[in-house]
Amino acid sequence: MAQLSLRGIKKRFRDTAVLHGIDLEIGDREFVVFVGPSGCGKSTLLRLIAGLDPITEGEFVLNGTRMNDVAPSRRGIAMVFQSYALYPHMDVYENMAFGARLMGLDKAEVERRIAEAAQMLKLDALLKRRPRELSGGQRQRVAIGRALVRKPDVFLLDEPLSNLDAALRSEVRLEIAKLHREIGGTMIYVTHDQVEAMTLADKIVVMNSGRIEQVGSPRELYETPANVFVAGFIGSPRMTLVDVTRDGNRLGIANGGSVVMSALPQVPALKLGLRPDSVRLVRDADAEGLRAVVEYTEYLGDNAFVYARLADGTLLSARTTPNDLFAPDEAVTVQVDPASTHFFSAEDGRRLVLGGAG
Amino acid sequence: MSAVGTSYYDRKGILGTLGRDGLLQIILIANSIIMLAPIVIMIFSAFKTTPQIFQSPFGFPDLTQVGNFVKIWTQTNFLRYLLNSFVVTGASMVLILTLGTMAAYALGRYAFTGAGFILMFFVAGLTLPLKLAIIPLFMLMRDLSILNNQLSLIFVYTAMGLPTTIFIMTGFIRTLPNELEDAARMDGASEARIMWSIMLPLVRPAMVIAGIQNVVPIWNDFFFPLVFIQNDALKTLPQGLTTFMGEYTTDWGVLFSGLTLSAAPIIVIYIVLSRQFIAGMTSGAVK
Repeated sequence: MAQLSLRGIKKRFRDTAVLHGIDLEIGDREFVVFVGPSGCGKSTLLRLIAGLDPITEGEFVLNGTRMNDVAPSRRGIAMVFQSYALYPHMDVYENMAFGARLMGLDKAEVERRIAEAAQMLKLDALLKRRPRELSGGQRQRVAIGRALVRKPDVFLLDEPLSNLDAALRSEVRLEIAKLHREIGGTMIYVTHDQVEAMTLADKIVVMNSGRIEQVGSPRELYETPANVFVAGFIGSPRMTLVDVTRDGNRLGIANGGSVVMSALPQVPALKLGLRPDSVRLVRDADAEGLRAVVEYTEYLGDNAFVYARLADGTLLSARTTPNDLFAPDEAVTVQVDPASTHFFSAEDGRRLVLGGAG
Repeated sequence: MSAVGTSYYDRKGILGTLGRDGLLQIILIANSIIMLAPIVIMIFSAFKTTPQIFQSPFGFPDLTQVGNFVKIWTQTNFLRYLLNSFVVTGASMVLILTLGTMAAYALGRYAFTGAGFILMFFVAGLTLPLKLAIIPLFMLMRDLSILNNQLSLIFVYTAMGLPTTIFIMTGFIRTLPNELEDAARMDGASEARIMWSIMLPLVRPAMVIAGIQNVVPIWNDFFFPLVFIQNDALKTLPQGLTTFMGEYTTDWGVLFSGLTLSAAPIIVIYIVLSRQFIAGMTSGAVK
């Protein structure tokens, strides 16, 4: 059972404010991913939850108990570090036993838990090895094993995949997802990689410069991003954001064509958000749509992404089929699917809902 | 390669034949000989009688002739001096490493006001020629009534050893990854246990460096025992060995065997500990 509440959490290092009031509820057995660009405070927030840094202001409540002043080891939380932080002078068994022994467990129980974790993580054959004799993936598993033997309510993972190579990364990602299903604890996972966030999370927390931009399921974030930051951050290639002027139901960009929408939010100026899937490129220069010039094409085998420069200078990405590749400098017209278009306020970047005033 | 003899580039000068590395090897070998020669002569002379030493100073001795060693072991105070040296050096090293490591750990791991000043204060000790302070030190020891007492040596040596130890250890302790400390804290380790179980095993190579750096000068020190210790039963080896040098005659063979025996422990310690350098303890800690 683990119910976490963060209430108005603020963090300052001397005079620098890093977190400006974080409010967040995390439920039992949830897999929550904090995602955001580097320096957005996601790792700091994780360290506050772990108890490694003191909370400047606000309250952290775990299962109804205020945790602000509770020692890290007494919070029922275990953490997997980015660098793994295995004790280099201890073998794998000792690495896992260190924390378990400090919990005051008796010898048999320590052994039983390590055996269980080792079996789950396929570490049986490695128990007598030192960390330097292990590969990156194995070290990663030991780091997770060390967290497992403490049987915590909450697991914290700080960019656990960033030191692995690309092939291993997707493999370990699957293992972590499987592990979460098996042990069922609450997991909080920090990453700057939106693919990791989308694939693993029940709930994603998008952060930016010390604030939460949006909390939601991967689908909610992708389909209804709350603002331009989330819209640009989630999804790959990024969503294209274009400033448009409005004339009735017609949206135009500076000297570069226009598109007609059936319904529009009732504001004079707005931003148009276009996913690579919601636009279509046609070679007809007179067709209805936005004018653009192709810059380059990424051929990916089953897919291709075309990057085209719109007349106002914005770089637009569009998905095309691999059979229909565009040459650089080719003039194209961008046609927009009104149903999958996002609208944002030109003033504060918030999402605008059709029919409302935003 | 063509069969048409050697081209210009195939002809080699002395540098080409030996290569840069070869030249380097020659210099290093020569250096080793210069360094080792006195030690070898000392050991050779330990097996010779005084007339033999003067007849053939560099000759190879009869290694079965251990009369000098028997004599020094049974007829002189050598054992007493050796024991004194062990007590003084051992106690000083224990104090230096314990106090030095604790101070360096605090300076290296915790941020507190004045840490920089304290470190500078310790490091300033490096610039201090302690021998210049011998008269005030003598008066201090007299007032503490520990003249003619091994404590006087132990105190001075500890003070002498702390600056280098703290300097070396602080730098090393600072390089240890913070995440190790965080991980241990998450595991529920107290500050003392983090230091003892996690950090200290990792700084062992630095402790060895600091130890060797200090143990050699302390073991070989002649000056402070000469000033502080008059009682023959409390003399350390370097000081004690001078009693073998008579005003008119000196038994050089016995003296050299004494020197050989006194150098032996340090050489053995050095060889044993030097293996510690090789162990790259932190590799695999992170990444």
